[in-house]
Amino acid sequence: MSGPSRSATGDETIPFTFDGNTYHARPGDTLAAALLANGVGLVGRSFKYHRPRGIMTAGIEEPNALVTVGTGGRTEPNTRATDVFVYPGMVAKSQNRWPSLSFDVASIFGLAAPALGAGFYYKTFFGPAKHWMLYEGFIRRAAGLGNAPTEADPDNFSHKAGFCDVLVVGAGPAGLKAALAAAEAGKRVMLVEQDAVPGGSLLRDPDPAIDPAAMIARIKALGGEVLLRTTASGYWDHNFLTLTQRLVEPGAVPPHGFAQRLWHVRAGRVILATGLIERPVPFANNDHPGVMLSQAVRSYVRRWGVLPGKRVVIATNNDDAYLTAEALVAAGAEVVALLDARAPGSGPTAPAGVQVFYDAKPAKVIGRKHALRKVTAVIGGSEHSFDADLIAVSGGFVPVAHLHMQAGGKLTWNEAAQAFIPGETPQACETVGAALNPPSAPAIAPAGKAKTSFVDFQNDVSLADIDLAWQEGYRSVEHLKRYTTLGMATDQGKTSNMVALSRLAEKQHVTVPEAGLTTFRPPFTPVTMGLMAGAGARNAGAHVRRIPLHSLHEAHDPIWQPLGYWFRPRAYPVNGESLQQAALREARTVRTVAGLSDVSTLGKFEVSGPDAAALLELVCATTVGKLAVGRGRYTFMCREDGFVNDDGTVWRLAENRYLLTSSTGGADRMAHFISYVRNSLRPDLKCSVVNVQEHYAGIALAGPQARAILASLIGAEPPRHMGYAPGVLAGVPVHVLAASYSGERAFEIHVEATHAAPVWQAIEHATRAAGGAPYGLEAMELLRIEKGHVVVGGEVDGRSTPHDLGLGGMLNKAGGFIGAAGLTRPALSAPDRNNLVGLVSLDGPIPEGGMLIQRAGQSPQGHVTAAARRILEGGAIALALLQGGHKRHGEELIVTSPTRGEKARVRVTAPHFYDAAGERYRD
Amino acid sequence: MYQITCPHCGPRAQTEFTYERTTDSVVDPAGDTHAAMQALYTRANPMGLDDEIWRHTYGCRAWMVLTRHRVTHEIRAVKAIGPEALP
Repeated sequence: MSGPSRSATGDETIPFTFDGNTYHARPGDTLAAALLANGVGLVGRSFKYHRPRGIMTAGIEEPNALVTVGTGGRTEPNTRATDVFVYPGMVAKSQNRWPSLSFDVASIFGLAAPALGAGFYYKTFFGPAKHWMLYEGFIRRAAGLGNAPTEADPDNFSHKAGFCDVLVVGAGPAGLKAALAAAEAGKRVMLVEQDAVPGGSLLRDPDPAIDPAAMIARIKALGGEVLLRTTASGYWDHNFLTLTQRLVEPGAVPPHGFAQRLWHVRAGRVILATGLIERPVPFANNDHPGVMLSQAVRSYVRRWGVLPGKRVVIATNNDDAYLTAEALVAAGAEVVALLDARAPGSGPTAPAGVQVFYDAKPAKVIGRKHALRKVTAVIGGSEHSFDADLIAVSGGFVPVAHLHMQAGGKLTWNEAAQAFIPGETPQACETVGAALNPPSAPAIAPAGKAKTSFVDFQNDVSLADIDLAWQEGYRSVEHLKRYTTLGMATDQGKTSNMVALSRLAEKQHVTVPEAGLTTFRPPFTPVTMGLMAGAGARNAGAHVRRIPLHSLHEAHDPIWQPLGYWFRPRAYPVNGESLQQAALREARTVRTVAGLSDVSTLGKFEVSGPDAAALLELVCATTVGKLAVGRGRYTFMCREDGFVNDDGTVWRLAENRYLLTSSTGGADRMAHFISYVRNSLRPDLKCSVVNVQEHYAGIALAGPQARAILASLIGAEPPRHMGYAPGVLAGVPVHVLAASYSGERAFEIHVEATHAAPVWQAIEHATRAAGGAPYGLEAMELLRIEKGHVVVGGEVDGRSTPHDLGLGGMLNKAGGFIGAAGLTRPALSAPDRNNLVGLVSLDGPIPEGGMLIQRAGQSPQGHVTAAARRILEGGAIALALLQGGHKRHGEELIVTSPTRGEKARVRVTAPHFYDAAGERYRD
Repeated sequence: MYQITCPHCGPRAQTEFTYERTTDSVVDPAGDTHAAMQALYTRANPMGLDDEIWRHTYGCRAWMVLTRHRVTHEIRAVKAIGPEALP
């Protein structure tokens, strides 16, 4: 099928495979051009009915010729054969066929088409459930496009920021002219073109007066940036555009590791020279291989030297298709008939030997696998048939207004062209070129049977489906779209929306603009997920920060746990202990001797100045102002709606200097919150807030021996419970805070991060000498559950109030703190709220996250927030949030976890299982 | 993505900023329950210009009020707030 001009490109050939067969392409061929040159007309099967499909277009709007390109992790499904350039060794496969493309079992669906019409899925939901079960498996196997690759993509994707005065989208004649003019005016110019070569329509219809290569060279010489194989995929606010640049073709191995680049461009002005997309024509079997858009045929003939057919019928409602007739005749093809839907004498002069029929439109085609056999047309009311292997159709043109619309632009209706033209836009953006001047192309009523007159080729939506949706009451274009899935495939209706809209307008007896238009959403063409992730793939998205003592812990080879941005030791197993064994041993060591633990990740804020206490009394829901120098207290913070936000401790280090700690996970939130309160709410306060979270390393020392160990290390009596004292440990100045999370006598030693190592080493040495050991997060969890201390993210779940958590008594009675007003709402002190309680198991372990019920079948009355075992004795315990729990101590309930099939009988208790009076740490 | 002109740093991408709230949803800690609930849950949400509190969190960390059009996203004015901006 190769055209006569193909030899002009030289003898070089590029081998590639399609469905396992090896073919040869010429340099510059798209896969579509190469397949046509090799006589391959059938390249895929349709989404729903598995109808044979070929190549319909020569550009990114291709709805039919979707193929899978590449192998392994580089597999790219649903690639348009018209938008991928052949490279040596390229592996391409057809999609949605079994067992083979030419013999496809599921094409029998085509015979069942009436049953699979618009709203088919939706309707199955109304039938008996067992019917859906039957359909589901059937649909899942049959429907769909390509399969996602199962292996990770080995390539990298880069992100890059760009800035320019003028961004020009499209390197056709209008875009080239605009870009060159801007560059010559001294502007910073970026010119993007999705094709591999510049020229746009010039590649199809060359103009000797315009030399794209020379213009590109001139733009570059003036400092402009020209990006080929780059698509402006999204137009966002304030002239921000995303460009997707292919550095290699899909499936190819990138020489520098990067397969694609995502540009984030802020442009001073945007010029859209995006051109036109040709409209298909609806008639029976218009989806068959051998039905091609007229301009696409011309592109294959002139740009690639490929003749997609030898005996061609042309069907048009405009003058442009006459150029296709010229191109075909010049290339040696026979134009069997030119069907012009307009009145006699409407078109230009046809090339010699081409018979023009007016008032003529195609009604039906009949085909073989790879091409057509016969075209039936209605000419002046009577049917005529033509033997032809190709029909080139043109139903008019659609301006590519996607970016214009994403920019918030408006459209104006051009009746002569039956097209929406880009109008005003609120952004610094204008459209130039062909998109403003589509050729005149009157509306033509379709002639063929509606059932097989396809509109949306990719989603198998025909005129009959649109009619059915209308008949069933779907009036709005938005409803029509959702009911029929029209325009919702990967091509987003580039070739189908206007055809469908015309049909809807016809049904409604309104004009097309009155029928309305659906929203144009980015991306313009599909974007690979990996490109959006960029360097964020493979765990590189979030920073991994190391706590100051990371390497000291590493020496003990602990089990690590991610916590906030950091990793903290979960347990330090010795002698092959399991996590549970190690955690229990560590917790027991804390209860009986002493343990040390890294608490460096706690949120920490230093607040100083004469109004420091006033700021803290806003932020904290407890009193702060009355705190004496050298004393601290437990505190918690509320949101404005009254729910607990975070908790920690607050310490008065000096007259006007405080240290506030908060949870690790909530530290960023707390930093923002405090900054808001200080800067936005009360800029008048004389105080300063410094986030010292990572400035200080924190070491907790807990256990009956903690006080003696610390005394020996600092050479002084440590402060009593909730006291603060500065000290020197291992020659390093430290803050000593006497606070207990574990329920034992305990201290937090905070030290400047860069000097933390000798302090930890000294404490660890002394603790081990006393028979103690380091403990990790798992032991800490056992200790705090037994003690009944809440944790942010567990019991403090964003829905619990101070009252729910048993903290109501600590609220600042004077009010004035953030959340005070919210807390006065009656619902926040309702008796049936979920309250914090303890649970003691009456049989086995308590399933964490389990639901609390009184008997089987009942709705849950609460849930387990944290489950553990007693540390020194046996028995399972847990903390839970239970409806009206404060008044239900002593009640017997069932904890059930249906998902895990676990269950336990429990007794509700107060949430303290160990030293409820706090005698172990008080003096 | 907006381009926001930080009063301290100049034009920067929206990704450097965090949105806090509109100025009409600021809860006065000294106010009563009704006023707090009005601010939290009964917002004006005008189809036009509104004043919003933003922070240049991943830049200079300063706070500002943006007068932004909620339909066109035009940012009419940016005003620095905070202790340094007090008269």
